[in-house]
Amino acid sequence: MARLDTSPRLDDPDALFAALMEVHRGLSPDASRRLDARLILLLANHIGDAAILAEAIAAARAAGDDG
Amino acid sequence: MRTYVSPNYQAAARPGRTARHPVVVAGGGMVGLTIALDLARRGISVVVLNAAATVGAGSRAICMAKRSLEIFDRLDVGARMLDKGVTWSRGEVLFHDRPVYRFDLLAEAGHHFPAFVNLQQYYVEEYLVDACRASARVDLRWQHRVVAVAPDADAVTLTVETPEGPYRLTADWLLACDGAHSTIRAALGLDFVGQVFRDRFLIADVVMDAAFPPVRRFWFHPPFHPDGSVLLHRQPDHLWRIDFQLGAEADPEIERDPARVRARVAAMLGPGVRFEIEWISVYTFRCRRLERFRHGRILFLGDAAHQVSPFGARGGNAGVQDADNLGWKLAAVLHGTAPERLLDSYDAERGPANDEDILHSTRSTDFITPKSEAARAYRDAVLELAGRYAFARGLVNSGRLSRPAVLVGSPLNTDDDAAWDGGVPPGAVAIDAPVGGTGWLLERLNRAPGFALLRFAAPDEADLPDVETIFITPEPQAGAAHDHAGLVAHRYAAVAGDAILVRPDQHVAARWHRFDALAIVAARDRALARAAPSRERSHGKA
Repeated sequence: MARLDTSPRLDDPDALFAALMEVHRGLSPDASRRLDARLILLLANHIGDAAILAEAIAAARAAGDDG
Repeated sequence: MRTYVSPNYQAAARPGRTARHPVVVAGGGMVGLTIALDLARRGISVVVLNAAATVGAGSRAICMAKRSLEIFDRLDVGARMLDKGVTWSRGEVLFHDRPVYRFDLLAEAGHHFPAFVNLQQYYVEEYLVDACRASARVDLRWQHRVVAVAPDADAVTLTVETPEGPYRLTADWLLACDGAHSTIRAALGLDFVGQVFRDRFLIADVVMDAAFPPVRRFWFHPPFHPDGSVLLHRQPDHLWRIDFQLGAEADPEIERDPARVRARVAAMLGPGVRFEIEWISVYTFRCRRLERFRHGRILFLGDAAHQVSPFGARGGNAGVQDADNLGWKLAAVLHGTAPERLLDSYDAERGPANDEDILHSTRSTDFITPKSEAARAYRDAVLELAGRYAFARGLVNSGRLSRPAVLVGSPLNTDDDAAWDGGVPPGAVAIDAPVGGTGWLLERLNRAPGFALLRFAAPDEADLPDVETIFITPEPQAGAAHDHAGLVAHRYAAVAGDAILVRPDQHVAARWHRFDALAIVAARDRALARAAPSRERSHGKA
């Protein structure tokens, strides 16, 4: 069964972070929120596996609970 | 101008003595009239108590789904509804002023009834009343209001208020079809479980000559109503249903003001369109149900048992399916051909079916009325993506429209004992297909009011007790339904020699790749709850 891969996979993590900052630059909080939602929906469709998505949702929530 | 004048039915006289009746129906709306008519046609006498002296006010449940039309056709009122109603199967969703999603609910040909017919509920009720009045077995009592209910183990005693004063009557079985504010439910102290939504909506029924096509059209944030959604449906008599989302803070008294409603409609239609407003309703809604639909000798149907939002046309259509599910079972119990426990299967089958309706309706409502900033952002993100990407269109939810219930896991089903490549599994409703010259398979099933066996074979002498065989052949043959388009075999994934047992409500009970009279009789007995429930079935399947 496929599982959420949380091992380090990004060639250039700094570049990804910079791209995300760039795309949000100058947006209102509402517009930023919609942009993130569009991004998540696009990625979710690309992944297309309900089990992996459920795992990602749970992992995202759990990581926020730690702090 | 009124496009419809409500009939005025004469109040029934108050009976002199306390009589006992096999079945009393409380509530003469769409659901109560449907089950009364169904029972009458199955040889059961029914008393219907209705507080009003006419049909319901306002167009209300206008979208009659294909399955409801098929059920009405079995009761001989379907053709009248099809003739009068506006046929549609397509929908369009717009965001601001751009179309983002289109759907067709019945893209294939070869069905007697369309995906939907829009028809004001008062017409549906009037046609049902006419059919009930033509039946010697339906005793329709207008202006008879149930005011008290006293159930015991053997009967239910009702106190009924009439213009001439009160009287009592007793019933072997009481069917509570008395709507969302059910007197019977209140008298029994039963609570609903589920959700109440705060958003208010406004319905305006508008008379106009408009050139819009008969398409269900749904706008999110259109320029003429930027703060909410709008739904447009065409009805007969040049009447249009417009449903505006008003938000949670709207004041219903102010919103009901005809001048205010006129301004909203005028903004939508643009300058120069003449219209008149015929009916205004400001409403909120609930998605909830009774925990159990059977309470001893009292059974709850329709809005008295469960309620949904209007998005998806799952209210009235669920109620009609409730009536369809219960009618044959109650008739079998009263005729002594099935034990009383068959009535428990009404709850076991319609409970999950209504849960599905409530789930879809709640999800649609959450999409249409986002409850948080995050929900709103995701909803708008879906709409922003949907114009460009096909994947996002599947996420647009302006109402998932009513589909016939599939009674998965029902204790009345007999599981397949061999592999089937699709088709109609046990629990699903029989699918229509053309047969004979200009006939239909469901029309043929309508003439077999009890159990029927679809046999994909040439007619023979094999006789089954209390099961009517319908032979289906690919070539014309005397005594067989001619599957001239091959669509019966195709839709049922059937080959020569197959046999499919269909219940009186036209749901499939069992199917085989062979003709086995003993297996057929056993499946029929299971569908009548004659066989005691097996261990496996009695756990966790209710």
